[in-house]
Formats: sequence, C-alpha cells, structure tokens
Amino acid sequence: MPESELESLKSRGRIVVVGASLAGLRAAETLREKGFKGTLTMIGDEPYEPYDRPPLSKQVLLGMARAEDTALPRRRDIEAEWRLGVPASGLDMAGRRVKLADGDEVPYDRLLIATGVRARPWPNEAEGELDGVFVLRTRADGAGLARRLEAGPRRVLVIGAGFTGSEIASACRERGLEVTVAERADAPLVGALGGVVGAVAAEMHREHGVDLRTGVMVTRLEGDAGGRVRAAHLSDGAVVECDVVVVCLGAQRNTEWLAGSGLGAGPRGIACDAGCRAFGITGIVTDDIYVAGDVARSPHPLFGYQFLSLEHWGNAVSQAETAAHNMLSDSAGRRPHIWVPAFWSSQFGVNIKSVGVPTMGTEIMITQGSPAERRFAGVYGYQGRIIGAVTFDNARWLDFYQRQIEATAPFPPEFSNVDRRPEGGRPVPADFPDPSVPTHGPTVTLSGYSPADRRMTFTPARN
Amino acid sequence: MLRLVVDLNRCQGYAQCAFLAPDVFAMHGDEGLLYDPQAEAAQRERVAQAAAACPVQAILVEDAEASDA
Ligand code: SF4
Repeated sequence: MPESELESLKSRGRIVVVGASLAGLRAAETLREKGFKGTLTMIGDEPYEPYDRPPLSKQVLLGMARAEDTALPRRRDIEAEWRLGVPASGLDMAGRRVKLADGDEVPYDRLLIATGVRARPWPNEAEGELDGVFVLRTRADGAGLARRLEAGPRRVLVIGAGFTGSEIASACRERGLEVTVAERADAPLVGALGGVVGAVAAEMHREHGVDLRTGVMVTRLEGDAGGRVRAAHLSDGAVVECDVVVVCLGAQRNTEWLAGSGLGAGPRGIACDAGCRAFGITGIVTDDIYVAGDVARSPHPLFGYQFLSLEHWGNAVSQAETAAHNMLSDSAGRRPHIWVPAFWSSQFGVNIKSVGVPTMGTEIMITQGSPAERRFAGVYGYQGRIIGAVTFDNARWLDFYQRQIEATAPFPPEFSNVDRRPEGGRPVPADFPDPSVPTHGPTVTLSGYSPADRRMTFTPARN
Repeated sequence: MLRLVVDLNRCQGYAQCAFLAPDVFAMHGDEGLLYDPQAEAAQRERVAQAAAACPVQAILVEDAEASDA
C-alpha cells in the first residue's frame, strides 16, 4: 500500500514553528509526542530559549528570582533546529517558505505561527527612549526593571492599571517603593473585570499605599539634561515627579511580518478556525498553516462563535496542543480548540482568578463571600446565562463556576449551596467601559464574526 | 539545576508544595503561590516530592542537567 501524505509528513516532513515562546514550545513537544519524526525548526526573535513570562511581573520584581532564570521546563526532548535571535520577516504561502530577517528562507510542509504579542510602546518615541522608561514583556525588560527597582528609585510611575500594571504597583509597594498609578478609566482592571470589581481593586491599591490616579491620562514624560526621566504631566494638570516609568498599555500583536502574504492577519491577530487552521484574507481556510497562542483569534462555540483573542497563559498551552494534534491529523481526526478562558493574577496579597469571558457580561452578581473582605466570587451574566466568573482568594470554587459556564447555566444563578451576604445575591450592572475606548487593553478581545476582518475597531461587548 | 513552572490556573493554593519544599515554593497571601522558576539541584528530592504531592498536578519540573544538549 502506498504511503499516505500524512504518513510521509510524519516520517520525514518539515514543520516550522515561528515563535519560540510558551505556545511554540508546547506545540513542538506535542508534535514529537504524537510521533512526528521529520525536521522541526523553531524560529524566535529573542535570543533565548523559551521562557515563562508571568514571573517577570511577580517573582522577578520582588527580587525572588532573576529574569534570566525563567526558562521553561521541557516536557520532553524536541530535537529541533533552533533559529533564535532572528525574526521572521515574511511568508510565501504559495512557495511554502518563511523568510527570515537575515535573508534566509526556511521551507515547510506545515507551519505553526505563534508569534504572540509585544508591549504597546509609549506613543511618543523620544519620551519612550528616556532613561528610566520601561515596558514589561520580555526577559530583558524584566531584568532591566528589576535592576532599577533594586537601586531604590524615589518614585515609580505605572501608566495603565490592567493586570500587569497592578502587579508592578503591588511589587513596588511590597519593596517599600513609592508608586503612582495613572489609569485612564475610573478604576484598575475595569477593562477585564468591569467597574464593580474595579472598585474593589482601587481600594486594594489605596490600602497598600499606592497613589492611584484614575480618569487621567499621562500627556507628557519629561526628561532632565542627562536624558533621564524626571516627571510626568497628567491630563488634569498634575505633575508627578518620578525616576522610573513603566508603560503598561496592553499589547500589540506580532503580525506585521505577514503583511501582504495573503494570510488573514492584522492588528487584531490572525484569524483561524476552531481547529487552529489560519484563514487567508479570502476567508478560505488554509490546510498547512496553523496558529496558536496570543496572536490567534478563533471562534468559540461557548461564546456565540465569536472570534476571541486570548492573551492567556493557559490558552497558549491548550491551543498549541490542539494545533499540533491537528497538524498531524486528517480531517476526521482533527479536534476543536474549546478551552474555556481562564487566567490568574496575584496582587496586593490577593489571588485573583477568572474563567469564561467576563467582558461579555452585562451584569455581575456577587455569589459568595464579601468584596469588603477581599474574598469573594462573582458571576457575570449575558442574555440570561452565566458567561464568566471571577474570584478573589476563592479559587477553589472556580471549577464549579466553570462547569456552570460550560453548561450555559441561567443567570441570575440560583445556588442553594453557597453562602449569600447582604451585598450579594442581586445582579447589578457589570459596568464595563465603552470598548471603543480601550485603556490598558483587556486580555480577552472579542472581535466579531468575520475571519478575514482586519479592522482596528473593537466590537462592543454589549449589543 | 531544576527548571519549574506551576500551572496557576490549576493551582488551588493547597500549599502542599510550600510545606514540602519551602525554599522553592512559598505562599503569598492566603492562596497565592510564588515559586523559584530555577531551583538548585540540591532541592531535587524535595521538589519531586512537592510535584508528586500537588493534588491538582500543577507542577512541571525538568532536571535541566539531563537535557542541556
Ligand atoms: S501543591 Fe499544587 S495546588 Fe497546592 S499550592 Fe502547590 S502547586 Fe498549588
């Protein structure tokens, strides 16, 4: 019997993974685990082997671990050819080649794109280059910022109170550093969790001595004669003297290298089907190009088949595993990526976790515990069903809520087995800001229904 | 040297790891967990015990000497 195309791919095909971070690594491991014996090339723009990013805003800034020591443990040997420190610069879909910035070209039979996101830089380039101005995304960013915090700055200014900004502020306070947080919305975390939870987060900031300024924008960063940042000017006229500034304005998707390639890639990510296969700009799905991790946007059956972009650690792992499985499967053997979004954050001594898509929620109901005690669970409702949940120091309940979301349980919920206090038990508006005015950027982006949609605008979470 | 990562989506703050390998895992607040992503080889036994004891199997460890090829 002649060898099938799939069998020959498995035994001597060429698989190229662009993006050597969490998703790329876990995909590569899965490919080998599923019996891929051909050549595997890992292309990464950073000169390091895959490392873990969450510790950069936590352990590393607290001085408990070095940014250099965050390399990810391997599940198995992947026997890959590594092309690190060289970004991909183009894709030839017809010729099945990835072009590299150094001029090289790498041919593939199957391609996985996991190029992720990068920190959105400070919009004024000259100000962003002042000494003392940081973003926090890469190992190098983490090492530089940790060194600066170690030196004991007089005041740190964090611009943007999303998860990263809040974690940085928390680490600064834990180290006894003065910190100001400037947020354009009315409270921290509102983009991801809404105003009700944001109000709790604002109290946490203030209780821990953060100088939290909300409803303001930073209009200008000012340097001294030596090119070091010395102050920030706010839209309300205030001036904050600071010697370290951390810009936490969310992320940008690394898709520029695909411009003109014919792939459905743009500022909102790369559209793929539920099986991780990338769409071309024609809206036709490709057979040989797959996407995983932060750069992907894919339709989710639990959330109305809307295309979701998820900047979540767990999504990267799960989507990478699914993509790798599907890369080596025929059409009947492929499976959908139906991971339920979940994330965590640790700040001001509180463990914040979430499942589902809170940003779709129009209402929230505190179902357990008490926000005043910083220990509670809340569920988000959308069109009469539970769509998301959040816990503050109540993680053990999260599985329960995940099952409710998966079962599309009704909202408001009627649990007889959980405690209720006067402040809970009643749905109230979840109070998300107008999504057309992104602040620090939510970690789940709803981006409508069109696979080839390349517009920059945000799809409102409510309609 | 050991590399480790904890799947903090899975972790429920049971603290078995912090009890068994306190130099590598520490509770931070009531249920948050901080860990050293690169631990000394001398911690090998303890980290292995912690990984085995974690009720949700959230800890992944790699003995990096073995695979530093
Ligand atoms: S033993 Fe497992 S669940 Fe418990 S704190 Fe450690 S990692 Fe988390």
